[in-house]
Amino acid sequence: MEWDWAFVRQILPTLLAGVRITILATLLGTVVAAVVGLAIALARRSSNRLLARTVGFVAEFIRGTPLLVQLYFIFYVLPDAGILLPPLVAGVIGLGLHYGTYTAEVYRAGIDNVPRGQWEAAKACNLGTVQTWRHVILPQAIPPMIPALANYFIAMFKETPLLSAITVLELMNQAKSVANTYYRYVEPMTLVGVFFLAISLVSVMLLRWLERRYGRVEH
Amino acid sequence: MTEWSGYLGLILQGAVVTLELTLMGSALALVMAFIAGLGRLSRFFAVRALATLYIEFFRGTSIFVQLFWAYFVLPFVGLSLTPLQAGVLALGLNVGAYAAEVVRGAVQSVGWEQREACIALNLGRWQAMRHIILPQALLVMLPTFGNNAIELLKATAVVSLISLTDMTFQAQVVRAQTGSTLMPFATILVLYFAMAVVIAWAMRALERRLARGLDGIRV
Repeated sequence: MEWDWAFVRQILPTLLAGVRITILATLLGTVVAAVVGLAIALARRSSNRLLARTVGFVAEFIRGTPLLVQLYFIFYVLPDAGILLPPLVAGVIGLGLHYGTYTAEVYRAGIDNVPRGQWEAAKACNLGTVQTWRHVILPQAIPPMIPALANYFIAMFKETPLLSAITVLELMNQAKSVANTYYRYVEPMTLVGVFFLAISLVSVMLLRWLERRYGRVEH
Repeated sequence: MTEWSGYLGLILQGAVVTLELTLMGSALALVMAFIAGLGRLSRFFAVRALATLYIEFFRGTSIFVQLFWAYFVLPFVGLSLTPLQAGVLALGLNVGAYAAEVVRGAVQSVGWEQREACIALNLGRWQAMRHIILPQALLVMLPTFGNNAIELLKATAVVSLISLTDMTFQAQVVRAQTGSTLMPFATILVLYFAMAVVIAWAMRALERRLARGLDGIRV
């Protein structure tokens, strides 16, 4: 089967419509994952051991099961409980929750890596809890986290094709529908692959820059 | 309630397929990891370039896109794969690319003095790798290999989308036949998590076994 450029030009607008949804889902998922991750990390540090243990187990559970099944769960099971979500919202929640359990570990490591002396110094300077976090801990904890967080957001971007399984019309789903309409798989599937590869390679370069800019934590 | 046992049997049949996929995919991934990981450390530019190309390509696109490409595009270029073959191939090559970086990192983490000792003892490159470097590097790789195996297990859910009757596929069948959503999806979530826990436990046991006799040698 030959590669057909005319066909590529014909399907490109449809695929670009999918790209928009893919990028939208990634950005929204990133926000949810960043917030959920921080919430999980803080809950696991809580002095309430029941809360810390429960959240810890739930996070382990989410990390140990496939994103696809979680998406099905959100999309098919929650409506029975009266929560009817549009596909994109369900997808963003699924992505955000799943990757939130990964970013939680990044936050945890970042906060743990702030030397003990800094906490003690903050106490010695008579800073309150909020002041300690805002002026001492977070400014030191966040920069080393940035490359690791970015790494997970790139991983999330690559997982967005799974949203096609719950009928979100993102890039993969658009490609599948044009492929099924014209019964030509080579061009749409290859273009999807090229698109993800191109964005990933650019992201890898961005990641290298972030690593140089913010550095890694030296032990 | 009586039919649940029949549907549960269907899901367990799917669990067997999921296990088969995980085992075969892991085997392929392990082979690819060592070939590509050691390839990146080769003396020859061509081997290094080839290994880097493989790793960046498979890490740059998602497993879902690769699987669809293997299943839908390869037949057009004259290579027809059964869903199982396509699944094992995509899973193995994808996770193998991630694991290759683990192999490279672990081999590089073995101290320089070990290599100097090999040269002083007049060991060849192959002998040094086989008897000195790899036995030490293997222990560094194991924990991350465990994580890679769990990622592979989670990725097997995606094969349900190319009509392979794995656990996720069977859960969808049960959902379609009974209209019940909570039971099939909750069941497979628990089963996936149980499998992930078993993998994590087995890897820790293997690590303890291999670390025997190395106390005090490693820092």
